[in-house]
Amino acid sequence: MLVELGHFALVLAFAVALAQTVLPLWGAQTRNPALMAVGEPAAMIQFVLVTFSFGVLTYAFVTSDFSLKVVMENSHTLKPMLYKVSGVWGNHEGSMLLWVLILALFGATAALFGGNIPATLRARVIGIQGSIGVAFLAFILFTSNPFVRLAIPPMNGQDLNPLLQDPGLAFHPPFLYLGYVGLSMTFSFAVAALLEGRVDAAWGRWVRPWTLAAWVFLTIGIGLGSWWAYYELGWGGFWFWDPVENASLMPWLFAAALLHSAIVVEKRETLKSWTILLAIMAFGFSLIGTFLVRSGVITSVHAFANDPERGVFILLILAVFMGGALALFTLRAGVMQAKGVFALVSRESALVMNNILLAVSSLVVFIGTIWPLVAEALWARKLSVGAPFFDAAFTPFFVALAILLPIGAILPWKRAKLGASVKKLLPSLILAFAVLGLIWSIQTQKTLLGPIGLALGTWLVAGAVQDILLRTGKSVNLSRLSRLPRADWGRLLAHGGLGITMAGISGLTAWTVEDIRVVQIGESFDVAGYTIALEAVERQQGPNYITTMATMEVFKDAKHIATLHPEKRSYPVAQMPTTEAGIDNGFLRDIYLVIGDIQSNGGWAVRTYIKPLANWIWGGTIIMALGGFLSLTDRRYRVAAGARKAQTPRKVTAKGVPAE
Amino acid sequence: MKHLLLVIALLTAAPVLAVQPDEVLPDPVMESRARDISQGLRCLVCRNENIDESNAELARDLRLLVRERLVAGDSDEEVVDYVVDRYGEYVLLKPTLTGANKLLWVAGPAMLILALGIGIGFIRRRGKEPEVAELTDEEKRRLESLLQE
Repeated sequence: MLVELGHFALVLAFAVALAQTVLPLWGAQTRNPALMAVGEPAAMIQFVLVTFSFGVLTYAFVTSDFSLKVVMENSHTLKPMLYKVSGVWGNHEGSMLLWVLILALFGATAALFGGNIPATLRARVIGIQGSIGVAFLAFILFTSNPFVRLAIPPMNGQDLNPLLQDPGLAFHPPFLYLGYVGLSMTFSFAVAALLEGRVDAAWGRWVRPWTLAAWVFLTIGIGLGSWWAYYELGWGGFWFWDPVENASLMPWLFAAALLHSAIVVEKRETLKSWTILLAIMAFGFSLIGTFLVRSGVITSVHAFANDPERGVFILLILAVFMGGALALFTLRAGVMQAKGVFALVSRESALVMNNILLAVSSLVVFIGTIWPLVAEALWARKLSVGAPFFDAAFTPFFVALAILLPIGAILPWKRAKLGASVKKLLPSLILAFAVLGLIWSIQTQKTLLGPIGLALGTWLVAGAVQDILLRTGKSVNLSRLSRLPRADWGRLLAHGGLGITMAGISGLTAWTVEDIRVVQIGESFDVAGYTIALEAVERQQGPNYITTMATMEVFKDAKHIATLHPEKRSYPVAQMPTTEAGIDNGFLRDIYLVIGDIQSNGGWAVRTYIKPLANWIWGGTIIMALGGFLSLTDRRYRVAAGARKAQTPRKVTAKGVPAE
Repeated sequence: MKHLLLVIALLTAAPVLAVQPDEVLPDPVMESRARDISQGLRCLVCRNENIDESNAELARDLRLLVRERLVAGDSDEEVVDYVVDRYGEYVLLKPTLTGANKLLWVAGPAMLILALGIGIGFIRRRGKEPEVAELTDEEKRRLESLLQE
C-alpha cells in the first residue's frame, strides 16, 4: 500500500511539475503576477511529493520488501543497514529518483531564497527548473520506474554489487548528483536571463552561489569516487579515465570555468554572453554524462548497463534542452552588450585565458570519450581510447593553467603591467625553482614528472599565500587579514588546494614503488627501506561475506610502524570477490598492502606499494571544496540572499566593490 | 602455444589479482618493459582496464604472452604488433596516429589555437571600445529604487 502511495506521489509530482513549468513561464510572458506566483508553491509541493516517494523507496529497502523488483535485485536481508540505505541509489531506477529529488530540492530552494530576485526572472527560473523536472519525472515513470512489483516475491534478494558496499561509495553518488543537478540551476538562470533579454552584474551575483555549490559538491563527489578506487580496487590507482569518470570531470571543468566568468560578469559586466553559454554547456555536459552512464553506449567499469530505450529517452531530453537553449542563445546573444573595457594584460584577460584552458581541456576529454563511438560509426574501426591518450592530451592544459594561475590571480582589473605583477611573485617563483632543483637532486629515479609537479604545486600554494598577503595592502599588513572577505580566503584555499592535489598526483605517479612476491607465513621482506612481515592469514566470517584476512607488521629501521590487515572478501550471494587493501596512511607516503592467493608452496602472493604523497590528492581536494564553501558563505551572497536587507550598505554596489 | 595457454587458464580458474608473482620475469629490465607494454594494452573482456591491472584470466594470458615474446627476443614494438595482429586495434589503449585518428590527436591543439584566436580578438575589441557613458538620470533613479528594495 505504502509503495503504491509512493508511486502515486511520483505521478502527482509529474503533474505539479507540469504546472510549475507552464503557469509561471506564461505568467512571466504576459506579466501576470497571479500566474507567476504559482511557481513557488508548486516547486515546494513538487519537492515534498518527490521526498515522500524517495522516503517510501528507502523504507522498502530498509525493510527488505522483496516484492519490489529493484529491492530484490539490489538488496539482501543480511546486508548492513548503511548499505541497505545506500542501495536505494546503488541502481539505475533509485539513482534516477535521487537525481529528481535533488532537482526538486534545488527548485524549492530557489523558491525559498529567491525573494530578492525580480519577480519575472524568478518565475522563469522556477519554470525552467520545473521543465527539467517534467522531463526526468517522465523518464522515471515511463522507462525506469522503481516501484515495479513482482508477482511472486522471492524469499531473499540478490544483494548489492559488493564493490558498492563501501562507506566511500555509499556517499559518492549523492554528492555527485548534488553537483550535476546543481548545474541545472545555473542552466535555469541562463535560460531565464535569455528570456528576459537582460544579463547584468546582479544576475552574475545571483547565479554564482549556485555554481559554487554545484562545483563544491562535484569536487567532493569526484574526490570520494577517486578515493574509493584507490583503496578498493586493489592496486592504488586513483583515476582511470573511465567514461563514467570523464562524465563527472567534464561538468566539473565547465563549472570551474563558469565560476570564474561569473565573477567577471558580476564585477565588470563583460563576458556576459560567454558566461550564459558556459552555464548552458555545463548542464549540457551533466546531461551528456547521464546519457553516457545510463545508455550503455560506452561500457565502462561502473556504468549501469542498460537498454537502448533509456538511452534514446535521455538523448531526446538532451536534444530538447540543449537545442532549445542554444537556439534561444543565438537569437538573444546580441542583446547582451559587453560594458567593461579592458586591456590585453588585465585580470579580465587572465580569466578569459582560464576559461579557454578549462573549456578546451573539457572538450578534449569529451572527444576522447566519444571517439570510439565516432570511429566505429563513421569508419567501422573498433578502437579504444584509454589513459595513455588522456594523460598526453589533457595534462598540458593543466600545466599551462598552473603556470598562469598565480600571475592571473594578482593582476588588477582593466589594465595591468605583466612585469610588475611577476616581480611581486618573485618569492614564490624562487621557491618553486628551489623545490624543482632540490627534488631533482634527491630523487633516486630520474623522472621529470615528480620535480615539475611538485614545483608547480609549490608555485600554486606559495602564489595563493602571496595573493592573500598582497590583498592586505602595499606594505603587507597582517592585521588586515582577519577583515578580508571570506571570498578571498576561499580563493586562497581553492587555488592552494589545486596545487596540493597536483603535487600529490605527480608524486604518486612518479615515485610509486611496487613489489610482488610470494611470502611464507612468518617470513619478512624489505621494500624501499621498510621491513614487512606476514604474521598470519585467517579466514573469518563477515555479516554477508567470508574474508581471508592477513596480519602484517611494518617496520622501519627496526621500529614498529603499523599492523595492517589486508583482506580478500568473497560475497557468496553476489558471487564476487573484493580486495580490501591494508593501508597505513602517512603525510609523505602510504604503505599499501594487498593479500593475494595461496600458492602451491604454501606461501601467499603479497603486493606491496609505497605510494608517496597519496593523501595530498584528496587532502587538496578537500581544501579546494572547503575554499568553495567558504566563498559561498561570503557576506555579499548572504546579503544578496536577503538575509540582512535592512543593513545593506547602499553605496557599495554603486561604487563597485574593491576588486575581487 | 595454444595448449600452454589453455593449461594456464585452467590452473588459474580462481579469481587472481593482476600481476602474479609467478609471472614476474627474473630479468628486472625485461620485466619493467613487460609492465610498460601491459599498461598500454586493453583487457578485452573487461571494461576499460589494461591487462596489467586486470584480474581477468584473459588478461593474465595476454600478460604471459607479452613476456613470452619478450623472452623470445622481440622488441617492444614487435610485441605490440604481435598482439594487435591477433586481437585488432581495439587492444591499444593509446590510439595510433593513423587515418582518422589524426583528428583525435589534433583536436586539442587545434581547439586551443582557435579559442585563443577568438579570445584575443575579443580582448582587442574590448580594449578599443570607448568607456561606457555615465548613467542617464532615468537609470540612476532606477538604480536607487532597486537598491532601496
